[in-house]
Amino acid sequence: MATVEAVAASQASASTKIAEDVSQWTLMRWRFARNRLSLFGLIVLIILYLVAAIAPFLAPYPYNAIDTEYIHTPPTPVRFLNGQLSICPLTQFMRDFRWEYTEDCDRAVPIEFMVRGHPYTIFGVPFETHLFGVTQLPPPKTTPVRKPEAKADDPLAAFMGSSGESTMADATQPPRVFLLGSDIQGRDMLSRILEGSRISLTIGLVGVALSVVLGAVLGTASGYLGGLFDDLVQRFIEIIQSMPTLPLWAAIAAALPPTMPVPQRYFLITIILSFVSWTGLARQVRGKVMGYSSLDYIAAARLAGCSHMRIILTHMLPNASSHIIVVSTLAVPSAILGETALSFLGLGMLPPAVSWGVLLRDAQQIQSILLHPWLLIPALPIIITVTCYQFLGDGLRDAADPYSG
Amino acid sequence: MITFLIRRLLFMVVTVIFISMISFVLIELPPGSALDAKLQQFRSRGLNVTSDVVKSLEERYGINDPIYKKYWKWISHAVYGDFGQSFYLDQPVSSLIGSRIWFSIGMSTAALLFAWLVAIPVGVYSATHRNSLPDYLITVMQFLGVAIPEFLLAIVLMFIASWYFGVEVGVLYSKQYRDAPWSFGKLLDLLSHLWLPVVVIGTHSTAWLTRVMRANLLDVMGAQYVQTARSKGLGERAVVWKHAVRNALHPLVMALGATLPALISGEVIVSIVLNLPTTGPLYVQALINKDMYLAITFLLFLSILLVVGNLLADLALAWLDPRVRLE
Repeated sequence: MATVEAVAASQASASTKIAEDVSQWTLMRWRFARNRLSLFGLIVLIILYLVAAIAPFLAPYPYNAIDTEYIHTPPTPVRFLNGQLSICPLTQFMRDFRWEYTEDCDRAVPIEFMVRGHPYTIFGVPFETHLFGVTQLPPPKTTPVRKPEAKADDPLAAFMGSSGESTMADATQPPRVFLLGSDIQGRDMLSRILEGSRISLTIGLVGVALSVVLGAVLGTASGYLGGLFDDLVQRFIEIIQSMPTLPLWAAIAAALPPTMPVPQRYFLITIILSFVSWTGLARQVRGKVMGYSSLDYIAAARLAGCSHMRIILTHMLPNASSHIIVVSTLAVPSAILGETALSFLGLGMLPPAVSWGVLLRDAQQIQSILLHPWLLIPALPIIITVTCYQFLGDGLRDAADPYSG
Repeated sequence: MITFLIRRLLFMVVTVIFISMISFVLIELPPGSALDAKLQQFRSRGLNVTSDVVKSLEERYGINDPIYKKYWKWISHAVYGDFGQSFYLDQPVSSLIGSRIWFSIGMSTAALLFAWLVAIPVGVYSATHRNSLPDYLITVMQFLGVAIPEFLLAIVLMFIASWYFGVEVGVLYSKQYRDAPWSFGKLLDLLSHLWLPVVVIGTHSTAWLTRVMRANLLDVMGAQYVQTARSKGLGERAVVWKHAVRNALHPLVMALGATLPALISGEVIVSIVLNLPTTGPLYVQALINKDMYLAITFLLFLSILLVVGNLLADLALAWLDPRVRLE
């Protein structure tokens, strides 16, 4: 509600203040604040980036902790037992060549908050506290665990004793809480999605930042200098744009050796993403700059003896900046989708690095998703992020031209 | 019109030449070649590969030639339809690509038609019923349609199709038609398997084109000639479809240039997920195996597809709007 009041207040003050000199940026801020959808997008994005920043605090387990006793566990149901949020220990069975799990809710253990867990660092500061976790051991077994009826003709069940029950019933470790299930190596999907957000949310942003620099420099130079340089740049852009994006990205990404360390690969992928996206930006900036150069104030600056550099940096770029911001915001979602698609194909980020695209690789086989639908969950944050960027970009586009309707 | 056509054709040829160079350099330049994989294959079979053999093989395939020499060797054969040999699959590239590229063209075209057939009426409805509940729903769907990556949509639809409807996915023909000769029944069967990938490939563009169509029509509806048509006493249907929509279609044709890359990229990745025998799976496989000539030729052909599509779009626009021809 606070925002609504603020908007109302700003609009009220707008009417009194409009006669005075209100800067263009203030007008843009007012106009942006009026668009609820893009404000919503901005807020969700801020939350997402905060979550990515403190990901290890929110994650109950290390993202790469393997546990073969919890292969492909479905999302752990959280129950309200004994007056507190609890989970029930699981027992692992092999049935029809698949692991199945049964709950034993007589021995439920509570979920605790702000617990000590595996150590991690955030911005170089070491921590051990996690938002939630399960640390208590379940009470000893009193009643026999209910077993699913094994089929009589199941050779594996016969082979593995009654029904292939694992030994974890008398656990010496606290039961694990997998809010979003676990993958084929028993790794916690929630922890992996949180860790993956760090790469997936930033790689598109860094990629677009690079292409903004490249696009703004080449676009301005091309529009301002004109002539042969302009022709060359424009033809080059046309050729890049007449190659299909994803196959082009894939062709460049395939050149990266698979053994490369993660940070290096991350950086090179951002460069690959920007290799295509700078072209659109350069075009837009060029158009703007060409429009400006015929305006009076530029002619005045020229007559006053300003150098080309000064005209570009202090007269043209600030004027084009709102436009650049809009175009780059709209370019971020396609860069994020680009990384996801490349990683999904096995050409982008590769394990052990974790990104949402890497996680979705496990969901590539239809058989796998039919048995373990929770493997599709990493898709949700992708869709949310991209949609919010679109909302944001749409609002910014309207706000960038505050003098229209 | 003729000079316009000639100029565009000439420009297209130059573009394709440059694309062939860029594709060649991008894929050829990084170290390592399919020959290494080939040698690995020989060694694993227990063949003794001496350095002499390696040297003679390298010489035969011109591995150590400078890149412009390699490019010239490849392009001078390519213009006669010989795109070299796939190291990995031991087949000429042209025979591997031939049938697959037609499938890709067919799928992309079908997806484009689907996008237009859906986007125009939906966009018109959305614009003429502005700020109504269906308009809001359509807007939300548009945002989602752009936000969901194609491969994800393919996975989810595949999941729904096989979970709820028991449809066989990832194949082109049902069992009884797989080895049958071509017949009407087989064609119907093929189409019944193809609609899913076509919808998936087209969704992104449909969402986007609907948005373009809505915005255009809203612009045009405010124009004075539409007001005139209304004040003449024309019915609303005639005003919208005969007067407004016709003029709102131009930007849609112009948008083709932006739609086609998305369709082709979408086709590549969707065919990988659904395991269709189009260019996608083979292209990515070729890239991973460093099967250079196969990958280069694929990239070149996908680009040519795009360039030709753009040319057709330009011609359509020039035909629709005489002002374009004068530029």
